[in-house]
Amino acid sequence: MDAARPYLAAFSSRFLLMLQYRAAAIAGFATQCWWGGIKVMIYAAFFAAAPAAAAASPMTLAQVITYTWLAQALLALTPWNADPEVALAVRTGAVAYDRLRPVDTYSLWYVRGGAWMASRALPRAALMLLGAGLVLPLIGLSDWAWKPPPSFAAAAAFAISLPLALALATAFLMIVNIIVAATLTDRGINVLFNSLIIVFSGNLLPLALYPDWAQTALLIQPFAGMMDIPLRLYVGQLQGSEALLGLGLQVFWTVALILLGRVAMARVMRRLDVQGG
Amino acid sequence: MNSAALLLRYFSASLRSQLQYPGSAIMLGIGAFLTTIIDMLAAWALFDRFGQVQGWGLGHIAVFYGVVSTSFALTDFFTRGFDVFGGEFVKTGAFDRVLLRPRSPALQLIGYEFRLSRFGRLAQALLVLFVGAAVVGVTWSPDKILLLAWTITGGVALFTGLLVLQASFAFWTTESLEVFNVLTYGGIQAAQFPLSLYAGWFRNFLIFVVPLGCVAYYPVLAILDQPDPLGAPDWWLPTAPAMGFVFLAASFLAWRAGIRRYTSTGS
Repeated sequence: MDAARPYLAAFSSRFLLMLQYRAAAIAGFATQCWWGGIKVMIYAAFFAAAPAAAAASPMTLAQVITYTWLAQALLALTPWNADPEVALAVRTGAVAYDRLRPVDTYSLWYVRGGAWMASRALPRAALMLLGAGLVLPLIGLSDWAWKPPPSFAAAAAFAISLPLALALATAFLMIVNIIVAATLTDRGINVLFNSLIIVFSGNLLPLALYPDWAQTALLIQPFAGMMDIPLRLYVGQLQGSEALLGLGLQVFWTVALILLGRVAMARVMRRLDVQGG
Repeated sequence: MNSAALLLRYFSASLRSQLQYPGSAIMLGIGAFLTTIIDMLAAWALFDRFGQVQGWGLGHIAVFYGVVSTSFALTDFFTRGFDVFGGEFVKTGAFDRVLLRPRSPALQLIGYEFRLSRFGRLAQALLVLFVGAAVVGVTWSPDKILLLAWTITGGVALFTGLLVLQASFAFWTTESLEVFNVLTYGGIQAAQFPLSLYAGWFRNFLIFVVPLGCVAYYPVLAILDQPDPLGAPDWWLPTAPAMGFVFLAASFLAWRAGIRRYTSTGS
């Protein structure tokens, strides 16, 4: 327990600090409502326009709508950018202090990054649940609302899958952090990875709606586990052995990315340039 | 020196400074080209699965998207000063210096930066526009080219108006309000689909409040030789982009009101 204490402290201090940014959370919520609302209206139009294709679709419209609101609610759980604290530490040379602390730097950055994403996602998700889950049905738009999971099994699978998604996203965030530490800037890398993540996490479009021939490849790539797999479990689109496969993929990619990150970190830290004076 | 010559001087200085880092300028341009390509990816996947929506195909969506995205790319070249106005000018007090110079603040903000990297977005938008037009079989007669130019001009006016409005709010909030990205980037997302797909209240918002529909949906219907499925009269379709200029004028009223109440934060 003592060994874990500094990491728990780092997690909770960052988590509580980030929860203070209420204006940012409300601005984020407004943005996500706009995007989510447009998407829901467009999906509804497509499903209504082609009944035959809609019947053959791997997801029903109701599932797609719930998926869309959840994706907007959990937007901050995807590793869009390198951890700004790490990027700043690299730029100012404060990274040297992190190296001097009597804790493992990878684990320290990992828990701080996880706390950063979780604390940004929590208020936004709560507001979105209130807006899309409660207000929409109350004003008579229950067809467009965020629905509860269809079964206890789906809810349980989602409850297991969501923390795994955070663990996986943080493992990927660490890879980005390490690239920033090696290249000393976070500009180019953020632009590059944003496009990859927005497409392959299912944020742009639920992965199940891409052409059928691409489905296997889309499921086994690492970004699916950060958002698409937990959301498909929630709406009940992955069930039984497929659900287990989804959870297994999340565990596999988390372990793989952490191992990769640790090897890369060891290399980068051996010959790190410390800036500043 | 007249205003046009001064602007050219501003822009050439900005261009020269960006070309000091040619590699970076080229990379940012290519990056913008690639990242905007994914805007069309979701539409492509949806049409691949569903075939059509209310009679519209991917080619139509490409024309809608191309028109509105071209307008935004052109606007983005010269409105950086308004975009960063809150953080870079009001919060720092740098706007005091702008006010002291014997030229209009708006002119100086336009001259703040000419963003070379936006060529990537512009190239992508024009490519999507003309490929989409070829797919749906638009023949480019002189009056259609004129109509396209008029539509894009109206779109530039609207997006410029949005950025001026965003900057005007900074007089009250001191910070730039990033929520406005919803109306610029989010507006492109909304305007790439025909208005008939949306619920009535949202349609009205896009016609009467932030008239994105007037600089994309209506004039593009005229370019495509289609009547409005929602029943707008034919004469309105090519006239609609004028709403972009109405919005721009209203934004400058807010801008003037903001300047009148401006008090410096500087020390």
